[in-house]
Amino acid sequence: MTVPTPAGRSSREPSQESFREQVHLAARFPDADGTTVRADPRSRSRTGLASFERLAHTAERGLFDFLLLPEGARLPEPVTVLNALAAVTERLGLAATVDTTFNEPFELARRLATLDHVSAGRAAWNVAVSDASLAGENFRRGDRPDHGDRGDRPDRGGLAHSRLRPTGGTETPLARAAEFVQVSRELWDSWTPDGIARPFAHRGRHFDIAGEFTVPRSPQGHPVVIRAGDSSEGREFAASTAEVIFTRHGTLEAGREFYADVKGRLAGYGRDHEDLKIMPEVAFVLGDTAAEARERAAEIRRTQEDPPSGPTANEEPGRRSFVGTPESVAAEIDESVRTGAADGFLLVPHPTPGGLDEFVDRVVPLLQERGLFRTEYTGTTLRSHLGLQEPVWKG
Amino acid sequence: MTPPNGRGLLHLAAAVDQEAAHDVSAHVELARLAESGGFDFVTLGDTFARSGFDALAVLARVAPATTRVGLVPTVTTTHTEPFHVQAAVATLDWVSRGRAGWCIDVSTTEGEARLFGRRHAAPVDALWHEAGQVADVAARLWDSRGSDARTRDEATGRFTGHDGLHPVDFEGDTFSVRGPSAVPRPPQGHPVRVVDATDRHARTTAARYADVALVQGTNPAQVGAIRAELQASALAHGRDPDELRVLAALTVDLGDGERAAEPGHGGGGPRQTAQGPLYRGGPVDLAELIAAWHGTGAADGFHLTPVEPRRDLERLVNGTAALLQHRGLFRTFYPGSTLREHLGLGRPANRYAVTGGTS
Repeated sequence: MTVPTPAGRSSREPSQESFREQVHLAARFPDADGTTVRADPRSRSRTGLASFERLAHTAERGLFDFLLLPEGARLPEPVTVLNALAAVTERLGLAATVDTTFNEPFELARRLATLDHVSAGRAAWNVAVSDASLAGENFRRGDRPDHGDRGDRPDRGGLAHSRLRPTGGTETPLARAAEFVQVSRELWDSWTPDGIARPFAHRGRHFDIAGEFTVPRSPQGHPVVIRAGDSSEGREFAASTAEVIFTRHGTLEAGREFYADVKGRLAGYGRDHEDLKIMPEVAFVLGDTAAEARERAAEIRRTQEDPPSGPTANEEPGRRSFVGTPESVAAEIDESVRTGAADGFLLVPHPTPGGLDEFVDRVVPLLQERGLFRTEYTGTTLRSHLGLQEPVWKG
Repeated sequence: MTPPNGRGLLHLAAAVDQEAAHDVSAHVELARLAESGGFDFVTLGDTFARSGFDALAVLARVAPATTRVGLVPTVTTTHTEPFHVQAAVATLDWVSRGRAGWCIDVSTTEGEARLFGRRHAAPVDALWHEAGQVADVAARLWDSRGSDARTRDEATGRFTGHDGLHPVDFEGDTFSVRGPSAVPRPPQGHPVRVVDATDRHARTTAARYADVALVQGTNPAQVGAIRAELQASALAHGRDPDELRVLAALTVDLGDGERAAEPGHGGGGPRQTAQGPLYRGGPVDLAELIAAWHGTGAADGFHLTPVEPRRDLERLVNGTAALLQHRGLFRTFYPGSTLREHLGLGRPANRYAVTGGTS
C-alpha cells in the first residue's frame, strides 16, 4: 500500500494553471476470447516473439503506459515473453497476467521482481484468479479450496501425494489472492533499499512461509499491481490493494458511477485518489467517416472466430467500444477523463494489419493536441508513467 | 552425425553464472561472448537457497540479444508446478526461436521447503525420481498442443481437436497433470533437457530423460565410466544411447594466462576440489586437454565453468576454442539455428501426431 507523501500529493493538485488531467493508455495483446480473426493470415503466428515485439514497438511508439499480456490457451507464458520484450523496448511498461490460485508467493514474487530488474523498473502484475474447479487438475494443489486450518495438511509428511482433497471450505480464490499480494509485498520489502537481505516470515490463513528472499529490492520497489473486476468484492480488492483496475462498462454513465464508487472506497484504506488508476477496457474501430467506422466494425464482427463479442457500436454488453472517426474517438476519450469516468483506457486492438498502429498514428496525435496525453516519456519506470508513488519501504 | 574418424563432433558449453548475480547486462555480454566462440550453449544456475535472479527470466532477456547460442537455465522441480515449469521452458524456446534448454535440478534443504510451506524436505533419491516424472510430463505437455491439423487419440484411435489438443492425463507419485498445455508446441518440439549426473541419485533420471548429461571427473576414464553407465541405462530404458550427449564438467581458472599448466593441474589433468574438478592453467593447455579427452571418446564435449567469468570466458573463446577451431576439432560457425541442431539431436516426433511428427 502506498502512503503518499505531502510533496507527492501537492505536485498533483489541480491548482496549477497549466494542469490538465492526463489520460493513461495501455494495450492488451488480444487473446483467444473472440478478438482473434480467423480469416486474417496474421492471426496464425501469434506465438513467436515477433508478434509481441510488433505490438510492443507500436505501443512504445505511441508512448503508451504499458502493454498487457493475457495468460491462457494458445499463448506463451507471459512473464517469460515480457522478459524478452524488455530487451527490445526501453520505456514501455510490461504487465503480465498471472494467476494466484495455482502459484506460490515465493516463486511468483521472485519472477516478478526479476522482471522489474530485467526491465529496469517497468514490471506490472495483473492479479488473476482461476476457477479451481476448471484448472485444478493440472496442479499439485489440485482442486483444493484453501484450508482454514493449516495444521491438517496431509502433505506435511514430505513426498506424500500433495494433491489435497477438496474440503468444502468457504474460502474464495480472491481471499487467497489478497493474501498472495500482501505476502509478495512483504517479500519485495524484505531487502533493505541499500541491498541487505533480511529474513521474512509470514503466517496467515493461506500461506505459512519463512526464509530469505533471493532478489534485491527492485527498481520500482514493488512491481505495479493491477486487478480487473467489476463486482463489489472486486472493487473492494482494488480499493484496498491494486494500483490499476481494469473494468468493463458499456456507457459513459456507468463508467462515472463505477469511478465514483471505487475512488470513494480508497479513503477507507488510507489511500489517496491518485493511488488507484481506473482504466476501462475498450475496443475501437476507426474510419474516415462515422459510417465507414460502423461498416468496418460490422465487417470485423463477421470474421470473428468465436461468437460475436468484438468491437461493435456499443452492442456488446459489458465492454465499451469506440467506433468512429479519430476526432470523435479522441473526443470521447477526452470526455471520459474530463467527466470522471476513467483515468485511462486499456485498448484491445484488433489483430489485423494496422491494429494498434492506426490508433497510434491517428488518435494519439489528437490526444496530444488536446494536451491530454504525453508527447514524450518523462520518466523511465512504469510508476512514473502512471503517476504512482514509489511504495514506502517497510523494513 | 559422425565424422570419418568415428568420433562425434565436439560440443562446448559454458556457465555464465556470476558472483554478484544482480547485473543482467553482464549476463548478456557473457552470452554474446560465448556465441562469438561458437559454443553450443550457455547455462545459468538457479536455486531458491541463495541470492540470485530467476535464471529463466534472465536468459529470456538474453534471447533477443543473441541469435544462435543455446540458452539453458536451471529450473528446479521440487517446489515448483510441473505445468508452469514446462510452459516457461516452452516459452523460452519460442522467444529464442528454438534455442532453449532446461537444466533440471532439485531442492533438497528444509530451508527451501520453508519458502513454500507446502512440504518438508525429502530424501534426494525421491526428489530425483520426482524430477524424472516432471521431465517426462513436460515432454508430454510440449506435445499436447501441436500445430498439426489432425491428431489422434492413441487409446481410441479417434481424431481429436483441430488445434492438435491432447490431454496428457499424467499420474505421478506426487502430482498429476491432465493437460493439455496452454502453450503451443515449442519450435524444437522438445527443448533440450539437461541433467547434472554427477550425483548418483540423478543418473537414472539423466539416462531416461536427458538430452545432455553433465559429468564431473578429473580424468577421461572417470568420465567415460559414468558415460558408459548412462548409456547402458538409457538402452535399458528403451532409448537410443546416441540420443544422449555426455559433457565433461570442469571448473576452469585461466588466470595464469599462457603459462604452462601447473603440475597436477592442466598438465596432469584437473585437481579434485570441493566444487568439483578444477583445471588451472592456460587456455592453450586446456585446448590440449579437451582434444585429448575427446579423442578417447570419454565425452561428447565439455561444460566449462569459469571461476572469473569475464576474464576466463574471454580466454576460453579467444584461446581455447580458437585453437580447437584451428585444429578442425570445433565448429567455426553455426550450421544450424536451434540448440538441437548444434547438438546433432533430431527434432522429436510428436507422440500424439498421426503423420510424421511435423507439428
